Amino acid sequence: MAMNGKGTFLDASTLPVKEFDGIIVGGGGSGMMASLQLAKSGMNTAVVSKVFPTRSHTVSAQGGITCSIQSADPDDDWRWHMFDTVKGSDFIGDQDSIEYMCKEGPEAIFELENMGLPFSRTEEGKIYQRAFGGQSKDYGKGGQAERTCAAADRTGHALLHTLFQANVKAGTNFLSEWFAVDLVKNQNDQVVGVIAFEIESGEPYFLKSKATVLATGGAGRIYQTTSNALINTGDGTGMALRAGFPVQDMEMWQFHPTGIHGHGTLVTEGCRGEGGYLVNKDGERFMERYAPNYKDLASRDVVARSMFTEILEGRGCGPDADHVYLKLDHLGPEIVHKRLPGVTELSKRFAHVDPAEHPIPVVPTCHYAMGGIPTNVHGQVISQNPDGTDKIIDGLYAAGEAACVSVHGGNRLGGNSLLDLIVFGRSAGLHIEESFKAGIKMDDPSSDDVDYALRNLNRVNVSQSGENFVEVKKDLQKTMQMNFGVFRTEELMENGIKEVSDLRDKSQNIHLADKSSQFNTARVEALELLNLIEVAEATAISANERKESRGAHSREDYPDRDDENWLKHSIYFSDTKQVSKRDVNFRPKQVQAFQPIVRTY
Amino acid sequence: MNAIAASEIKTLRLSIYRYDPLKQEKPYMQDFDIDIPAEKDLMVLDVLMLAKEQDPSISFRRSCREGVCGSDGLNINGKNGLGCITPLSDAIKSNKLSIRPLPGLPVIKDLIVDMKQFVDQYKKVKPYLITDKKVDTREAIPQTIEEREKLDGLYECIMCGCCSTACPSFWWNPDKFLGPAALLQAYRFIADSRDTATEERLEQLEDAFSVFRCHGIMNCVSVCPKGLNPTKAIGEIKKMLVKRAL
Repeated sequence: MAMNGKGTFLDASTLPVKEFDGIIVGGGGSGMMASLQLAKSGMNTAVVSKVFPTRSHTVSAQGGITCSIQSADPDDDWRWHMFDTVKGSDFIGDQDSIEYMCKEGPEAIFELENMGLPFSRTEEGKIYQRAFGGQSKDYGKGGQAERTCAAADRTGHALLHTLFQANVKAGTNFLSEWFAVDLVKNQNDQVVGVIAFEIESGEPYFLKSKATVLATGGAGRIYQTTSNALINTGDGTGMALRAGFPVQDMEMWQFHPTGIHGHGTLVTEGCRGEGGYLVNKDGERFMERYAPNYKDLASRDVVARSMFTEILEGRGCGPDADHVYLKLDHLGPEIVHKRLPGVTELSKRFAHVDPAEHPIPVVPTCHYAMGGIPTNVHGQVISQNPDGTDKIIDGLYAAGEAACVSVHGGNRLGGNSLLDLIVFGRSAGLHIEESFKAGIKMDDPSSDDVDYALRNLNRVNVSQSGENFVEVKKDLQKTMQMNFGVFRTEELMENGIKEVSDLRDKSQNIHLADKSSQFNTARVEALELLNLIEVAEATAISANERKESRGAHSREDYPDRDDENWLKHSIYFSDTKQVSKRDVNFRPKQVQAFQPIVRTY
Repeated sequence: MNAIAASEIKTLRLSIYRYDPLKQEKPYMQDFDIDIPAEKDLMVLDVLMLAKEQDPSISFRRSCREGVCGSDGLNINGKNGLGCITPLSDAIKSNKLSIRPLPGLPVIKDLIVDMKQFVDQYKKVKPYLITDKKVDTREAIPQTIEEREKLDGLYECIMCGCCSTACPSFWWNPDKFLGPAALLQAYRFIADSRDTATEERLEQLEDAFSVFRCHGIMNCVSVCPKGLNPTKAIGEIKKMLVKRAL
């Protein structure tokens, strides 16, 4: 049943089925944390990953994982971490989720350490923690905290490999280099698995399960310049939107301050945590003007905007005055090479400088989606009833960057993404495990349901002529970069929405010329484009709808935060292209909710 | 790419190994002429992506494009390395670039090799912490700075396969000789002060092939894109095995 040159049309009657207790789509940090939980409980678990798991983008995380483990400071308190995270989110992070993450975090960190994660160490033999942006002691009153646990500047690599190793030990099934195309829903709106194909052979399958976890990571590839891996195409997000489920806060994209100029690859915020700072063409440490207290360790949205303001006002560096410098040389080669070996390697490679001797040219680069598929703290995906109340989707979970639980709100703090991955990957796994014990009943999908989920794969497989998907992707990235960057206006965004809509029309008519079955990467890229389009359009329409400036969403035409109208999540559905609002959770269980205050650093 | 004046462009002759087992009986080399901006030192992966724009059927793996995920191990002008962090200035001879799949492993298609043997050997060394120390999810297993430093140069492996596929011993005995990548991983756990299974690990390695087929050729060291030294790690294991046998 391989897809041969003639372009075989697939249907439910001949499609082979593989059944698992739990399916995890995505082999990064959150996916492998969820799968580990399930495999350890003896469930028949499969991780479906389009790349070998250790190629997932978690591997690129450098600086660390923020958590109040009381190593650098025995008096540190998870509530202080919670306060910083709420403030960093510009108050649209859900406080029940943030409370859960900050409180449960230490246990997850120690679990990883016990699995073998090679954290750097302190003199006392404990886990090393460094300073990161937006971190405070005593609810913002006690100065800079050091709360980010690190394995040199290769924390993501150490974490991902440790999780892979633990899954090998636990006997997880890896469907490695399999591409998931679309969710399969039954008539009761329950998710019962995915359509996927093995990339090596091209063989398609219905992977059937009572619990499907979307752990597909980010979608930074909707932009031209991004820190994200080439694989970060929002596949789970696209699948959820096509299945009729909403996404939340998609206008909130983090631009990381220190992308290497001309390439987009990151150097960690930990550079500034170790004492590095940014300078403009006059050698001025300009962050002192924008954030007098936190300076270079203000939160990322603030630093990225300050850098662009410097550049726009003519104080950028280089022949085109289009970047600034990150200075580390004053720290000396000992600190730079020991604590930041990966950064040293990347700057030599991509900027041709040794950071122990010369500053690194940097410019903000698209880095992280705060928005995503809305879930509760158990990872269960949430949709919205017509009256605006939450509706839990049976059988579908999301975790990690693909999800919006929402712990990051309008702006994520550095080091909180790895914590999000492991805490909520694990909580999704725990919930599935408990649901299985309690017993799950689900109706099988009809053959029409399966055929419906096959429609995109079929469309691409039988295409005879049409648009070049590589060109459509390039145009999409260009329009997103131009119209939905760090500073936004209605005029630009309306233009962008129109262009994205035209590109969506083109994407409905793409042509896959190469119909071969064996490891056909063109087929994968064509299908990825459909996901990029979904994410980009959700971003574009949500961004124009949020008529205020909050967190990473900065509008020149609405420069102020509007708590009266927009202390809310945005919720977007692809079929109606409408944006509605959803209440932010202000009901943590063990502490008083933090009320919105003016956000300064 | 933006429009660039002709004088700033140079043309590179790129030769790529092509093979689709369902279409061809034998692999062949296909040539492409790639226009690249003269002042830019592109990476080999950038050039491959430009070629793929000409012919979308060319298959190769790639992900992070910054040398940490290990997807794009390739044989570049005869030497194994990662496409994404090998600049053309390092790779090319007389304006010609020849790219083949990593040697010694079965080819699935074009530049994509079957990594199964490589991963199987990795799994054999029990690449996870085994400890009888008190494990408590409320604290870390203590480790001093000096003990942790012993893992530097070991834990950073990205499993790209450049080393094992450059190793003649691995070519001859890919099922019995574990290869430099798996042995580096084995030593990473032996060297970890938190791991207490050294004896069990050494016992498993004590045969004529697993470790001792390494003859110190050091191809692994010369190709490792992360600058690691598997030969040294293997030497440490050999020393421990010899000491244990006495």
